[in-house]
Amino acid sequence: MAEQNALKRNVLSAQVDLSKFNFDDSVFEKATDEEKKQQDVMSESTTFFKDGMKKLMKNPLAVGSIIVLIIVMSVIIVAPHIVPYSYSQIISVNGKRDKTAKNLKPFEYSENELEYIAEGGEVFPHIMGTDAQCRDYFIRVVYGTRVSLAVGLFASILVLIIGLLYGSISGYMGGKVDLIMQRIVDIIYSLPDMLVIILLSVVLNETLGEKLEGTSFQSLGVNMISLFIVYGLLYWVSMSRLVRGQILTIKNNEYVLAAKATGAKSGRIIAKHIIPNCISVIIISTALQIPSAIFTESYLSFIGLGVQAPMPSLGSLANTAREGLQSYPYKLIFPAVVICLIVLSLNLLGDGLRDAFDPKLKK
Amino acid sequence: MSSEYLIEVEDLKQYFPIKTGFFKTTPLKAVDGVTFNIKPGETLGLVGESGCGKTTVGRTLLRLYEPTSGTVKFNGEEITAKNMAEHRKNMQMVFQDPYSSLNPRMTVEDIIGEPLDVHKMYSNKNERREKILALMELVGLNAEHATRYAHEFSGGQRQRIGIARALAVKPQFIVCDEAVSALDVSIQAQVINMFEDLQAKLGVAYLFIAHDLLVVRHISNRIAVMYLGKVVEIGDADEVYEHPIHPYTESLLSAVPIPDPIQAKQSQRIVLSGDVPSPMNMPTGCAFRTRCRFATDKCAEVCPTLTDKGGGHMVACHNR
Ligand SMILES: Nc1ncnc2c1ncn2[C@@H]1O[C@H](COP(=O)(O)OP(=O)(O)OP(=O)(O)O)[C@@H](O)[C@H]1O
Ligand code: SF4
Ligand SMILES: [Mg+2]
Repeated sequence: MAEQNALKRNVLSAQVDLSKFNFDDSVFEKATDEEKKQQDVMSESTTFFKDGMKKLMKNPLAVGSIIVLIIVMSVIIVAPHIVPYSYSQIISVNGKRDKTAKNLKPFEYSENELEYIAEGGEVFPHIMGTDAQCRDYFIRVVYGTRVSLAVGLFASILVLIIGLLYGSISGYMGGKVDLIMQRIVDIIYSLPDMLVIILLSVVLNETLGEKLEGTSFQSLGVNMISLFIVYGLLYWVSMSRLVRGQILTIKNNEYVLAAKATGAKSGRIIAKHIIPNCISVIIISTALQIPSAIFTESYLSFIGLGVQAPMPSLGSLANTAREGLQSYPYKLIFPAVVICLIVLSLNLLGDGLRDAFDPKLKK
Repeated sequence: MSSEYLIEVEDLKQYFPIKTGFFKTTPLKAVDGVTFNIKPGETLGLVGESGCGKTTVGRTLLRLYEPTSGTVKFNGEEITAKNMAEHRKNMQMVFQDPYSSLNPRMTVEDIIGEPLDVHKMYSNKNERREKILALMELVGLNAEHATRYAHEFSGGQRQRIGIARALAVKPQFIVCDEAVSALDVSIQAQVINMFEDLQAKLGVAYLFIAHDLLVVRHISNRIAVMYLGKVVEIGDADEVYEHPIHPYTESLLSAVPIPDPIQAKQSQRIVLSGDVPSPMNMPTGCAFRTRCRFATDKCAEVCPTLTDKGGGHMVACHNR
């Protein structure tokens, strides 16, 4: 055999003659020093995550959005601890209800408050004035933002969970299962979502209205529950389509076949190969889902199907502000600006994440 | 039950259903009745032009695709979808494409360690790491790069990662699907030598798929030539090279550049006319007849079978 090999080697001029190399006990050829040096020149090792973060931090729009979001977050977390008013409380001065503190302008004090200040008392300024029910408007906007963000986040997580499960089953199983699951998605796609929300909240109001009393759901209101139900029923379809598409492409990659060839089972293939390769896309589209949910909530609150009074949301604040629009335009401007800021910066951040972590997805 | 052969493939067929209409599917006959054997420690070279089904043969052999029909035996035991799990340790594959066959989200260490993880071939973390580093050293990768991601390596380095992964479980049989095509010539030689040394030391058998006929001749004991999903000629490597019988093998070999210029002038290149027929719409009878110089009426009617032309040199042709 060895003789034969030696003979054959002559045929190939480019062949390296093994006998020129020194082997100790091992028959394998070690990498030469030169070769090792060559590999050392390779660039600094970067992980996928570090690499993406670096790119993200170079994107001024994304960085700006992160800053705006951090500011908004810290305000809605800190403000209720500093401002001595609550969102449902009528302003009282020195223990007495202050009927004069109605529709104040930003930083304006009511007559009673002015008297109190003259007597040497301290009154916290109304940063955004007060509303028609003599409530501090700033704290209402803060709570409205809290509600809107929470609704957006919760609805997105709902969409994520259902969409991820449905899409990955459909994509991984393939064949007939996939076909049937996708036809169901087609049907859901064709339902008019707004109509379903409105009908559902009417029906739920009739059936659930009383049962909710006294539970923690009460402050949220039937309308919000129907919003979540609709998100759970209808809005996950595009997420599931996305997940399915990702899994279908990754499933056909050769590295999945290679994992199969080593003997890996389905569970390992999903956990080690499929999920790590589509997780960034999923996170990004969840980030993009939040503003859309906030927008839907605001829209519903605006047409009167939002959160239960006195709980404010940005949409319901804007809705109430419509009535006195000519005299007090700032009451519409404050919540509107906050909605715009949040939605815009979440969208820009989502875009930035997409560009940084998944350039292929860019259209 | 043991047998003379490590791998016995009999009448293996792999048809891919291709949608050609709303309700209609046409089978794409990627592999259409392939039969061959490989002895322990032997290398069978598999050649043929692009798209003739070489990769599909290798993958179906390893049950990465469920075969349409036919049997594969390992050590005399027929492999089924059920008992394949036990045989995964004995049969491995080096993939053709070094880019898509490595998970971009895994480090080299985890890629090479995956077969070790799957078959639980270590008792602690240290042992795992040692084994991986030994494998990296074996294929000529710098051990310092164990924690790097596959995308940070060149094509040749990636190919070595793929080879290290296949070697990790110490298999008895490896399908090398163009395992050296992505490497430059000097490294190619090193890797080929490595394959041969492994064979001498561990008695590994190879199914060596390649385009480069010189490389195949060098490494193979026997060679099988494929055309459109069928083996048209199989025999001892030197015998097939020196005395090709099938017209397709002849033309393939005539296309190989000959190092000696005088000899090169004397030899004639047989240029094939026409395109390869689609595997979805194959010619009747002999698949090669649309491009064959020797084709007769019989070729259009009867499909030639492999017949022994002496000394185990099998050829599927009516007229040679
Ligand atoms: N998963 C698949 N589904 C459908 N058709 C396939 C599949 N894999 C391969 N084919 C088809 O089968 C035929 C043989 O493909 P294969 O990859 O085996 O060729 P090959 O000989 O390896 O070619 P190359 O030398 O270019 O690698 C081709 O026509 C190809 O299009
Ligand atoms: S069987 Fe006929 S067509 Fe086929 S290779 Fe032989 S001579 Fe050519
Ligand atoms: Mg191939």
